[in-house]
Amino acid sequence: MTPPAFPRVGLRFENLDKRYGSLLALRKVSVAIAPGECVVFAGRNGSGKTTLLRVAARLVRPSKGTISFSGEALHGEPQETRPGFVAHATMVYDELTAEENLLLFARLQRVPQPERRVDALLQEVGLSDRRASLVRTFSRGMRQRVAIARALLHEPAIVLLDEPATGLDPQGVTWLTEAIRRLRDSGRTILMSLHGESEISSLGTRAIRLDAGSIVADTRTGATFRSILTFADA
Amino acid sequence: MIGAAVLFLVGAAAYASFYIAPEERTMRVIQRIFYFHAASAWAGMTAFSICFVANLLYVWRRDEKWDSLGVSSAEVGLAFITVVLITGPIWAKPAWGIYWTWDARLTSTFVLWLLYISYLLLRTLIEEPDRRALLSALFGIFAFIDVPIVFGAIRWWRTQHPAPVIMGGPGSGLEPTMRKVFFFSVLALHALMVFLIAERYRLEKLRTDLELVRRELEAT
Amino acid sequence: MSLLPNTAVLLGKEVRTEFRSRELLTTTIVFILIVIVLFSFTFDPTSDESRRFAPGLLWLAFLFASSLMLQPCFLREQHNDTLSALRLSVSDPFAIFLAKLIANTLFLLLTELLLLPLFATMYNVPVFSVLHWLVLVFFLASLGISIAGTALSAISAQARMRELLLPLLMLPLLTPILVASTEVTKALFDRAPYVQWKGIGFLAVFDVVFLTALWLFGEYLLEE
Repeated sequence: MTPPAFPRVGLRFENLDKRYGSLLALRKVSVAIAPGECVVFAGRNGSGKTTLLRVAARLVRPSKGTISFSGEALHGEPQETRPGFVAHATMVYDELTAEENLLLFARLQRVPQPERRVDALLQEVGLSDRRASLVRTFSRGMRQRVAIARALLHEPAIVLLDEPATGLDPQGVTWLTEAIRRLRDSGRTILMSLHGESEISSLGTRAIRLDAGSIVADTRTGATFRSILTFADA
Repeated sequence: MIGAAVLFLVGAAAYASFYIAPEERTMRVIQRIFYFHAASAWAGMTAFSICFVANLLYVWRRDEKWDSLGVSSAEVGLAFITVVLITGPIWAKPAWGIYWTWDARLTSTFVLWLLYISYLLLRTLIEEPDRRALLSALFGIFAFIDVPIVFGAIRWWRTQHPAPVIMGGPGSGLEPTMRKVFFFSVLALHALMVFLIAERYRLEKLRTDLELVRRELEAT
Repeated sequence: MSLLPNTAVLLGKEVRTEFRSRELLTTTIVFILIVIVLFSFTFDPTSDESRRFAPGLLWLAFLFASSLMLQPCFLREQHNDTLSALRLSVSDPFAIFLAKLIANTLFLLLTELLLLPLFATMYNVPVFSVLHWLVLVFFLASLGISIAGTALSAISAQARMRELLLPLLMLPLLTPILVASTEVTKALFDRAPYVQWKGIGFLAVFDVVFLTALWLFGEYLLEE
């Protein structure tokens, strides 16, 4: 296996609070994630999973607390720890083609040889033949694949996935599982939020349960994987 | 207690405007409104300056109290500016025969009034408190830095199209006693402004504390 | 520093998107036309008086149109949450604003220049001799409108009643632009045209002040 083209990065959340008006979406969340871990976050809707991932992506500014990154060969540049983020929304432009979208984000992130990188990714996600079609014409599954390609353009060390299987048909889920497996096996640190047990959740090396913004269970501290995932929809 | 003292000050200023200041030659009695008109303008501008500083501090510190100070001083400032806009026509009608002459200061004051009305309106249209505080603070900052440009541009515009000036410059051509009464009015209205902002701030703090309690309750 | 390259890339995206659909441009041009025609019913365009009103009407029409045209600016980035993708991808969030305000300036300028000949014909105003000065005024004013409008549209996109809110926020703020542009244009439409340097000065000052403010505070406008 070729060595990773990115530094292995770990994350640490310390005492995170996020308040939205009278709602505390995150309460005193503290957790350390080692480089290369594949963490599954489970919990009901509104338990804070999405907020936590958006804080990790530095899209959301916490009301209190800090987030820090650690890893060898880190120079403290924000770009190094810029995550690949696959969210509920596809975060791509419907009125541009798949190729135009990917080129746009590749150039913005100063990816070297952007055209070549975009070619490779389109191939990897199986959209080479639809590269010149507007994203507006894509099915949900295809959009998800563009979103994943977009997230991986800059070879991120950290990948964040927020309920990535939503709206995918069984074929799509199988493809997604394989894609995440490859990401995990290449040594990337992965955080994903899921609803319950599935093909995807079995990829996790650790599971954490959130409830009303707090961490209530962690496989690191003794809970079982199964219990964390199956209570998710209770 | 302090309220009573402030009220006394304002009453004293009113008395001074009517009985101590000498009557002005051309305008006569109606000119006396000048003391409140101009002093209100100054008090309003001071209130908006406080709002500006509070806005900057909120963006920097994100402490709720700066947002409370911001909305309090904006509301009080708006009240004073409303007084300016009302007393202007009251003066203009007997003096010029028309209610409004679009003179530079009054026109600029009107735009100022619109800017801060927009500030308050914006706040009612954003529900989430932190977002409301941040976005209104940013608009408040943009609005305030616009103020000198607005005044400058409108004053220049008026030199292109001269029109009757509703009030002479404060202090310009004012006889010594008049000047003293004027500055006393400024002092009194500033005291009133501080008092009103403090009261409004207290109210705002009560409201946000209530929100906090409600939040704690919902958490359990 | 990647501010300029990022801005260039984003500017390309903004322009390409607009020219593909031409939605903003066409609706803005039609709106201004409607306003100009309606104005002609309220003021007799053939009388000599109307030549005095013409510059003011022109700029009022541009201002109203721009307060509508600038609305989708940040609103459309909420669709599919592309704003988050942009925030993740650029190193300096100011690039997002810079690209959008340059694009908006270009679009505004384009509509103004397209409508100028029509306006000149309908209101009988000679524009050829002063065309380059008109372009200068149009540019400085459109820049100011775009800077303020782009910033404010980031605010209104996060509030309710955003269709009414943006004009409400923009129009009082832009009074110096209205005043200065009208005066300069009036001087240029005069029988003996001359350049109102003070007016141009006001426009330039407005542009510099607000661009600086946007540079200082822009990132907070996008915060979550």
